[in-house]
Amino acid sequence: MKRIVYREWLLQPQRYWGLLAILAAVIAVGGLSALYMEHHGHWVTGMTNSVVWGVPHVFAVFLIISASGALNVASIGTVFDKKVYKPLGRLSGLLAVALLIGGLLVLVLDLGRPDRLLVAMTTYNFSSIFAWNIFLYSGFAAIVIGYLWTMAERKGNALQKPVGTFAFLWRLALTTGTGSIFGFLVGREAYDTAILAPLFVVMSFAYGLAIYMLVLFYAFDADGRPIGPAMLKRLKNLLALFIAAILYFTLIYHLTKLYGAKNDDIETFFLISGGLYTGLFWVGWILIGGLLPLGIIYHPELSQRRDWIAAACGMVIVGGLAAMYVIIVGSQAYPQEMFPGYSVIQFGAPGDIGGQVAPYSPSFPELLLGFGGVGIALLITAIGVRVLQFLPESLADRDVDPHASARSTA
Amino acid sequence: MATIMTKGVLLALLAAVLGVGSAAYAEGVGDFVLPSSKAASLENCVEPTEYMRRNHFELIRHQRDETVYGGIRGDSHGLSGCVSCHVGYDDTGAPIEIDAEGQFCRSCHAYASVEMNCFDCHATVPRGEAWNHEVAAAHAHLTGSAPIGPTAAER
Amino acid sequence: MNHENESMNQGRRDFLGAAAGVSAAAVAPGVFLHTPVANAAARTDPVTDLHRWGLLVDTSKCADGCTACVDACDSENGLNLQSKPHGQDELKWENQRAVWIRKVKLQDNLTGHVTNLPLMCQHCEHPPCVDVCPTGASFKRADGIVMVDRHTCIGCRYCMMACPYKARSFIHEQVDHKLTRAPRGKGCVESCNLCAHRLDSGDISTACAEACSAEGHQALIFGDLKDPMGPLRQALAKTPSRQIRQDLGLNTGVRYAGI
Ligand code: HEC
Ligand code: HEC
Ligand code: HEC
Repeated sequence: MKRIVYREWLLQPQRYWGLLAILAAVIAVGGLSALYMEHHGHWVTGMTNSVVWGVPHVFAVFLIISASGALNVASIGTVFDKKVYKPLGRLSGLLAVALLIGGLLVLVLDLGRPDRLLVAMTTYNFSSIFAWNIFLYSGFAAIVIGYLWTMAERKGNALQKPVGTFAFLWRLALTTGTGSIFGFLVGREAYDTAILAPLFVVMSFAYGLAIYMLVLFYAFDADGRPIGPAMLKRLKNLLALFIAAILYFTLIYHLTKLYGAKNDDIETFFLISGGLYTGLFWVGWILIGGLLPLGIIYHPELSQRRDWIAAACGMVIVGGLAAMYVIIVGSQAYPQEMFPGYSVIQFGAPGDIGGQVAPYSPSFPELLLGFGGVGIALLITAIGVRVLQFLPESLADRDVDPHASARSTA
Repeated sequence: MATIMTKGVLLALLAAVLGVGSAAYAEGVGDFVLPSSKAASLENCVEPTEYMRRNHFELIRHQRDETVYGGIRGDSHGLSGCVSCHVGYDDTGAPIEIDAEGQFCRSCHAYASVEMNCFDCHATVPRGEAWNHEVAAAHAHLTGSAPIGPTAAER
Repeated sequence: MNHENESMNQGRRDFLGAAAGVSAAAVAPGVFLHTPVANAAARTDPVTDLHRWGLLVDTSKCADGCTACVDACDSENGLNLQSKPHGQDELKWENQRAVWIRKVKLQDNLTGHVTNLPLMCQHCEHPPCVDVCPTGASFKRADGIVMVDRHTCIGCRYCMMACPYKARSFIHEQVDHKLTRAPRGKGCVESCNLCAHRLDSGDISTACAEACSAEGHQALIFGDLKDPMGPLRQALAKTPSRQIRQDLGLNTGVRYAGI
């Protein structure tokens, strides 16, 4: 097997600076939105006392779980000893850290008092999963940086396997932890189930990989590095597996909910009568995020075309955002069941929502803040690959794994 | 004992340094007190004034936790107490926001460039006080404030 | 001279602890000037778990259309001083302003019977909001009152996600007018604290229960759940009552009769 050569990203300067300028603009707009929300208070957003977490959380949670998913590619290489994935490892680590930072920034900027971040980092309530997540997140960033070092530095190579394994376990804990943020909320019908944790794990696999593939395709196309058909096939098959797993766990989630008889109302809401949320579930989560990309990946012709595979990745991402919206916003919009057997005919003053679906429409600043987080993640990645050797020179099959390519052409 | 002595000496030195620091205030002790405030007619702050100048934040912060977690509102170190005694009044007798330009909690902080956001939440003029020693004192004069009897658990 | 005083003060604080009284009297006559006066009614020791404050709501006595408890709470805790931000939608604002207690009207799906009740923080023994709070700002005071230390609240709203009763409110806007006894500001979460400031001043009552009695309804009885002879326990012994979301096993401090 050839030695893998890594090289900085060699995009032409105009294009590179153009890209950075666009990302910087997106980030600036996101930052201004955050300032605006912060200055006026959350009343300028769509959020209320009923829907307390809005679009910023949709983006933040999506980015955070994608971060742990993006690391998967590296894990497969080191933890499961799949040689062909080795060259993909560095970008995987970089993307993981970048996505995490983007997600956390959105989360922090959506706090009521971001100025008290220091409080959040110095006083912990160890019975709170949220507090544990703060540890999991910062630990994740540190471990991945260490992991990157073992990949890049000859001296560290020996440590790569243990550190990589540790990172892998940590990322499982991280996504489980993120899922558990919702999974232990007994007061909300939609959340009160442990199945959310594994659902979040498979979602993270899929979303992280989809983002990874898009970034990889773009970076490689931009400076003309080859990706071999066998490599492409491997990645897309992996993505298909993860998508199928999401569909499977989604099914299990709804079956558990339907089985607990008192939950059939929320099931009706999600699956039939929930308007926007029902639409997002079927069209976004299931169709765009699941069935269509699966169709593309297993289509005899489309699956051979890189642009179609990229489209499938894009769909997984769109579907993922839709899924997050349903899980996070939809579950809050659904009324909390406090009085079984009764209908709530009045709940405080008119407009104060209880016993009926709470309205929520995201405001622009919220959306722009979310995009800002994405921008941050991409900017970190773009700078990382430019100044350091993250990208392998070639992913042509013969460079990556001559035996495998021999097999696949046979 | 020896360590206590050394500590004492160190603290004395520290205090001396702080003292020199405080000489940097152009004003003399009590100069920030507004003539229209209740404090103007009194001799002393709730602690020796010189001590207050340097340590009021610690006192308030300590009191804050006592109040929030312990429910102790009867102490003189509470923020509401500071406001009720130090707030200034305009010609019509209306209180002026204590964190407004030139008012007690603002003028000196501006001078010492201290940032403080307590008045984001805390009332800047006495209004609807629950309990502080000012209110209680007034109360005591009026009614002799009868305490409520203990409940069975205490009996 | 001042410097010496200072150092002795510092030293006293650090080393002498209990003996402080003596030296303080000598060094700084001003110290105790105001302390022990006239605070007979206010507590001087931290709250303990000898009490657990709670409420009994007798829904059969809660009158349709009466909002006395809500109004009383609003003025007691400065909630009526909130103002709708300029340009905000009327209805949306109702769902953004802070509400500590609300009137809820229910109809039995089977019989059509209509029930009114006030709903506020239920002051759980095992409060989900406290479990989830990342900074520990959401806490349960020794005497069972669940509240938010708004000096450490970062406004993450996880407690609001966790609360089964929609009891908590986030302050969505800058607050210009507030009462001394009820500080309030943008970006923190708050909820009913059983009028803790009253209790701490020795006044065993809440604004809502007091107002309900004043209206002659007596639908709200406030008292100490740990005092078997007290009014609350007496009432609870006489009437069958339950907790809202009893299935969650939170052991709420607010109980309801007639639902
Ligand atoms: C009972 C009324 C009273 C209360 C309550 C009170 N003070 Fe004072 N304070 C005074 C008086 C009187 C002076 C001026 C003493 C002097 O001239 O030496 C003073 C002086 C001060 C000074 C020094 C001002 C200067 O110009 O040097 C500070 C700082 C201060 N107070 C802060 C506080 C704080 C903080 C609180 C709340 C914990 C508080 N005070 C509560 C009466 C009060
Ligand atoms: C986000 C709003 C908020 C901010 C900001 C805030 N407080 Fe408070 N503070 C409160 C609330 C709410 C209480 C609780 C009152 C109660 O329980 O009756 C309180 C109580 C207190 C008390 C005890 C009651 C009293 O009036 O003495 C003190 C002291 C206090 N705060 C000090 C401070 C100081 C000092 C700061 C600035 C560093 C500050 N607070 C900033 C909301 C705030
Ligand atoms: C004589 C000057 C003076 C006056 C008057 C004064 N302060 Fe201060 N204050 C200071 C100084 C100096 C500091 C900074 C102390 C330090 O950082 O060690 C400070 C700090 C504080 C802080 C801590 C700020 C932070 O977060 O670091 C609080 C809270 C505070 N003051 C409250 C008050 C209140 C309330 C009043 C009005 C009742 C008041 N102060 C009046 C001089 C003053």
